[in-house]
Amino acid sequence: MNYLAQQPGLRWSTFSAPSRFYALAGLCVPWMWAACVLLAVAGLYVGLFLAPTDATQHDAYRVIFIHVPAALLSMLIYLVMAFWAAWGWIFNARMASMYARALAPTGAVLTFITLWTGSLWGKPTWGTWWVWDARITSYFILLLLYIGYIALTEAIDDVRRSAHAGALLALVGVVNIPIIYFSVRWWNTLHQGQTIKMTGTSMEQTMRLSMWLMMFSFWAYTFAMAFTRSRAIVLEQEADTEWVKALSTEKGFNPAGTKP
Amino acid sequence: MIWNSFSDFLNMGGYGLYVWGSYGVTLVVMVIEPLLARRRLHNARQAAARENSV
Repeated sequence: MNYLAQQPGLRWSTFSAPSRFYALAGLCVPWMWAACVLLAVAGLYVGLFLAPTDATQHDAYRVIFIHVPAALLSMLIYLVMAFWAAWGWIFNARMASMYARALAPTGAVLTFITLWTGSLWGKPTWGTWWVWDARITSYFILLLLYIGYIALTEAIDDVRRSAHAGALLALVGVVNIPIIYFSVRWWNTLHQGQTIKMTGTSMEQTMRLSMWLMMFSFWAYTFAMAFTRSRAIVLEQEADTEWVKALSTEKGFNPAGTKP
Repeated sequence: MIWNSFSDFLNMGGYGLYVWGSYGVTLVVMVIEPLLARRRLHNARQAAARENSV
């Protein structure tokens, strides 16, 4: 914790140092989990107990409260991941590359949840688990991009080359995001258009409230996961540095573990 | 409250399989991922502590 106190004069680049990021992220994680759980409880209560049954889709529509937040976040996470990967590549910033790697598994998990819930929602409403329509196919490609990025960065042992290769793949894959987003407009296929718009909406108020609560809950989840995982990556990659050596001999460094 | 009974709630108007199949798998995945990340952090700490104790 004293890594925060040692540095007077915070600047925008202050937390780009792995040592300070490690300390700050550790402080944030419990709060993110608290926000995630509280928002999820509120969102599920509104979505499952207060929101009325839909006139056309009946109760099958309740999948929306996890499907849409997971879908929007998995696209957003990809853009953020590609941004930090590119930042790390261009400015040779270690922390940015590590943070990009920390985001990828959570993006993949939320993409899987989107496809899974979409499939279970598609069966009762469209009569099919899966079709290769524009939206679903481009979403499947998003999952492959995440898996490809994780596999590529894990496969290369050299930290800098791994970050460069990963950034290149992530940047090429960015082209898929507008394809996903506009697929329901460009191609008139099975997946419906979006129901939430900036002005006006075709949804009932409690439904909208539940979806926003779940969206922020998933967002807090993403931060908690990315912070936890990037702390692990920081320790893995910086094991030989002086600050990790100093930190690892401090009391309470490894609260869950046995002393070697 | 829109449900008359607990079994009414579980039944989800006949769509229980699809709704609970979605929520159940989402919950399982979102519990497993944090546990894996926590283990990774724990292992990284162990390794750092081990490396710097000798």
